[in-house]
Amino acid sequence: MVMFWVAILAVSILLYVLLDGFDLGVGILFGLTRDEARRHAMLSAVAPIWDGNETWLVVAGVILWGAFPVVYAMLFSAFYLPLLLMLAGLILRGVAFEYRYKTERMRWLWDASFAGGSLVAAFMQGFTVGALVEGLPISDGQYTGGEFGWFSPFAVLCGVGLCLGYALLGACWLVKKGEGDLRDAAYRLIPYLSVGLLAFLIIVFGYALAENLRVIHRWLERPYLLVFPAIGIVAALVAAASVRHRRDGVPFYMVALIFAAAFGTLAISFWPYMIPFAITIDEAAAPHSSLAFMFWGAGIFVFPLMLLYTAVSYTVFRGKVRPTADHY
Amino acid sequence: MELTALLLSRLQFAFTVSFHIIFPSFTIGLAAWLTVLEALHLWTGRPAYRQVFEFWLKIFGVAFGLGVVSGIVMAFQFGTNWSVLSRMSGPIQGPLLSYETFTAFFLEASFFGILLFGRPRVPPWFYLFSTAMVALGTTLSAFWIMANNSWMQVPVGYVMENGTFVPDDWFKILFSPVLWVRFPHMLLASYITGAFCVAATGAWYMLRREFASEARIMLRMGLYLAAVLLPVQGFFGHLNGDYVHDYQPVKFAAIEARWHDEQPAAEVLIAIPDQEAETNHYQIAVPVLGSLIGSMSFSSKEVGLTDFPPQDRPPVIIPFFTFRIMVGCWLVMLLVAWAGSYLIYKWRIEQYRPLLWLTFFSFALPIIATLTGWFTAEVGRQPWVVYSVLRTADAMTPFLTPRAALTSLVVFCAVYSFIFVFGTYYIYQLLRAGPEGRLVLPPTAAIPNRPMSVVDEHHITPAAPRATAGE
Repeated sequence: MVMFWVAILAVSILLYVLLDGFDLGVGILFGLTRDEARRHAMLSAVAPIWDGNETWLVVAGVILWGAFPVVYAMLFSAFYLPLLLMLAGLILRGVAFEYRYKTERMRWLWDASFAGGSLVAAFMQGFTVGALVEGLPISDGQYTGGEFGWFSPFAVLCGVGLCLGYALLGACWLVKKGEGDLRDAAYRLIPYLSVGLLAFLIIVFGYALAENLRVIHRWLERPYLLVFPAIGIVAALVAAASVRHRRDGVPFYMVALIFAAAFGTLAISFWPYMIPFAITIDEAAAPHSSLAFMFWGAGIFVFPLMLLYTAVSYTVFRGKVRPTADHY
Repeated sequence: MELTALLLSRLQFAFTVSFHIIFPSFTIGLAAWLTVLEALHLWTGRPAYRQVFEFWLKIFGVAFGLGVVSGIVMAFQFGTNWSVLSRMSGPIQGPLLSYETFTAFFLEASFFGILLFGRPRVPPWFYLFSTAMVALGTTLSAFWIMANNSWMQVPVGYVMENGTFVPDDWFKILFSPVLWVRFPHMLLASYITGAFCVAATGAWYMLRREFASEARIMLRMGLYLAAVLLPVQGFFGHLNGDYVHDYQPVKFAAIEARWHDEQPAAEVLIAIPDQEAETNHYQIAVPVLGSLIGSMSFSSKEVGLTDFPPQDRPPVIIPFFTFRIMVGCWLVMLLVAWAGSYLIYKWRIEQYRPLLWLTFFSFALPIIATLTGWFTAEVGRQPWVVYSVLRTADAMTPFLTPRAALTSLVVFCAVYSFIFVFGTYYIYQLLRAGPEGRLVLPPTAAIPNRPMSVVDEHHITPAAPRATAGE
């Protein structure tokens, strides 16, 4: 039962990262262009699905609370300010989708809140993961770091890294969904973002070695973990080849695969901890009666339907978005 | 008053949850009403029903969007500010709110897409079915929220193990008698909110002498429904009072501003309660009525606040007044609904412009009543967060600083006011534009999961977010 909910939680988080990742990425790239036609096309490429994507964050949140209340209570209270900023960013970028079309004069405001909100939300997500990897100050099952106990250069680095990663995912999505000018611009961005991401990975790895982070020991203890970076490298090579040959559909899936590999690496190097090196999965799990209650309805019945629904809505909106230059 | 992290956290929760509840209570009622309209349209074939349906669907979209956005914060806030509560009661509250998210996400999101732009693609019966499913989704959502809150009001079905609430009887939690009087109370409040907003819009159009047939439908259906539901709501309100009387005597005494045991007890109609002096100023009371309301008896003894130690009493003045405001709103609504229904039945309402104005302004009454009702329930539960088991002060994140709490309160206030002002403005624009025109065209730019986009059909080209077939 515990393992079932670990799996459901992992699926929800991974789905969130992949799905909201690309639309946050598009939001970040949105800030880089001033061209209204291109901006409109970028929004159109994510508009139908962003809200559903974001819902996976809420799903992950409530699963965490229901199935692993200790982790929910500790992480959310420890990351008070980062989560606040993330939520504010998500709200502002969310309403911007709708509000920017209702005004000409104030459009700059909503455009700024869309790009800014996306950037802040992405940064804060990377930041919190970085802080977790480095390890939160916890003693006796209590967070003891205070207001800014989560702050570290490493966490900032991870925040920047995730912004780059999401932007890359977003660029690949635009390649997949866009045509003409938009697609070409996205193709031009991919090499820069990839190099930036690679540099980030090298720095992170170097930092982890230099600081002798505990995560590194796990790697030495468990060499089979290297299968994930191997998958990542293969995916990166395929992505590079597909970018060179302008195979629009491929890079997105390859970058998504890289993300999945990174996620798997993290998850398994934490294993069996949920909050690294402080709280294990079994310690965090809710009593059996709670897990079973969730299992017999939400778990085996509603969750598959949610996956199905997500698949259906992506099928409905498959294919390229049409260029919309006729209107502007 | 010193701004402690506790006070700030409570203010923040009160602010965000009050902001949030306005939208669900409106959309729950509206979803049910849309189902009725669609059924009437299928049954009678009258185009005006369809016209009214399409019009309210757009408004539903905006309100639904604001409800979703403000709801995300709620999912996080228990953990950020109330981590002790979420750790202790997580095994019970977590699963309840998981069900809320799971069922609402599935039912609302999937069928709402069909509502927005599926009409040309599905048979009429399926469209009606989808409308009903959206209504069911919002209703289920309300059920789980009420299950969660009712458990906090009257905790049942658990044992304490290692400082956590471990559920040992979900049946008791889901079929708690408290839940089953509070859930209908909230549901009726939502229906009445929907009914009054619709009737007020109808009255507005009638006052401006436009959209005559739609205005009449809105006014008639809204007021008729309210006229029937309000007495039922009064009955469930009374049942709610009974549960408070039986399970939360101190809250009951606070609502009544009854400081000492009385037999038979008087009913304080109005007064200014004084918590320090443990008495009321400028009191107007009716003898014996207190016993009658509390226990349906002319001679029962009713307990007073001084039976409980001061640290276990809620702040009397808030539940005392919010309860009276709620009941006052109910009374005015009842008068408006009955008088209005009578005049509509006699086809004379158009001549009674003051009543139309009153109906127009009374759109705010159910919202005020819902909010003050919640204030009564939640402030009256203090100083407990889980009634008589866990104190609010002990439930807070222990290391939360006033500075952090103040920051988040300011940020939430700023962001919410910002989006609320614009959201209300867009709803106003929609209402102002009225239900005519653009009837058959589906809102091409609207897509499932993006409800607020229904508003901007003027601005987005039909081609915008649509996908072409194939890659």
